[in-house]
Amino acid sequence: MKRILFIEDESAIQKTFGEVLSQEGYEIISALDGEIGLRLAKTKKPDLILLDLILPKMNGFDVLKHLKEDQETKDIPVIVLTNLEGIKDVDAVLQMGAKTYLVKTQYTLEEVVEKIKKTLQP
Amino acid sequence: MKFKEILSLFNIAGQCRKYGLSLWQCPQFLFLVMGIIIIASSLITYGIGNRYIEDPSLVALLVMFITAILFIIAFIITQSFEKLAEANRMKSEFVSIVSHQLRSPLSNLKWVIEFLMSGRIASVTEKQLEYLKILKENNKRMEDLVSDLLIVSRIEQGHLPLKKEKISLEDLIEKIIREMGIFAKASNVEINFKTERNLPQIISDPFQIKLVIENLLDNAIRYIKGKGRVVIKLEKRKESLYFEIKDNGVGIPKSDQKYLFQRFFRSANVLKQQTEGSGLGLYITKSIIEKSGGKIGFQSQEGVGSTFWFELPIKW
Repeated sequence: MKRILFIEDESAIQKTFGEVLSQEGYEIISALDGEIGLRLAKTKKPDLILLDLILPKMNGFDVLKHLKEDQETKDIPVIVLTNLEGIKDVDAVLQMGAKTYLVKTQYTLEEVVEKIKKTLQP
Repeated sequence: MKFKEILSLFNIAGQCRKYGLSLWQCPQFLFLVMGIIIIASSLITYGIGNRYIEDPSLVALLVMFITAILFIIAFIITQSFEKLAEANRMKSEFVSIVSHQLRSPLSNLKWVIEFLMSGRIASVTEKQLEYLKILKENNKRMEDLVSDLLIVSRIEQGHLPLKKEKISLEDLIEKIIREMGIFAKASNVEINFKTERNLPQIISDPFQIKLVIENLLDNAIRYIKGKGRVVIKLEKRKESLYFEIKDNGVGIPKSDQKYLFQRFFRSANVLKQQTEGSGLGLYITKSIIEKSGGKIGFQSQEGVGSTFWFELPIKW
């Protein structure tokens, strides 16, 4: 079973996606802040990380930076899921090595699930 | 400039009211006061110097004293400008922060509604689906409004990011027509697209230009009563591409036409039959076109229809 780490402080989104993605047959690990997220990424070795950018304790940019600097986590694909949509933010995150950048308001639930499935395809 | 408009320039109290500032903080009023003081002080200095003072150094001292007063007034004026700029900045920042804060709960709500509608939890009856759709549509309306407000605050702060990419307007228009096809069909509106062949690509921001065309097409469809027709034309004109969209909709009353591109303006004839719309679309549209080096305009007749056009330079 593929494992997804979801770093997101909005519990409503955690709950909804958690439910949908487990229905799709994935194992979900939730982290409500950046620090916990980074720790879980190292200990739980997920196959994919869903990352919000505005997070308590450590923001998503820093989490991504640490993930990509660490040999153990640098190859885990990261999908950024956020409401920040400035060109600078998008460019920065993609340059830092995120696989995809999704603006929350622009995608439906099913579209996000599709992107996740596609990224996890062997 | 009409006589009335020239006259309104002298209506300083009215202009100050527009900024919501007291008379002594209002730049126009302070400039007027300063002007009067300068004229008066020059005359007085001249008069005094001429009549009573024989020693020219005394006259010089007097002029220096008056200059000092003028400096103080100038200082107050700059301060009032700063306050204005600060107020404007705070307003834009406020809109930006509120909009960002509103976005999170709105996207949470959207996904939860979609989750309920998907039938993933339990099967949904047709009646339930009907009401869930209402929830979704209204949520979308709020999302659109918030997104418009964010763009407006970026425009006003001068932060509207514009990418420079090669785009084919022809392909972009066809894509938008495809995407809005369902809305047009549901509104009983036929869309015709006439384009010249082999048009060059232009350098512009695809996302923002898409927003512009979507806004214009959405307006054209939205304000047609009953069965209607929208004709889109694209052609090359010297060093630019000319886009035109013509509808046989309700048209814009003559008295409203000069306000059309202003923020939050909504025409009276539209308000009577349509409650949707923020009055921000055309303001955003105009700002994007102008910031992309283009021009925009329209002709309209109430009851007959409207034609909106814009021209974008091929190289920008």
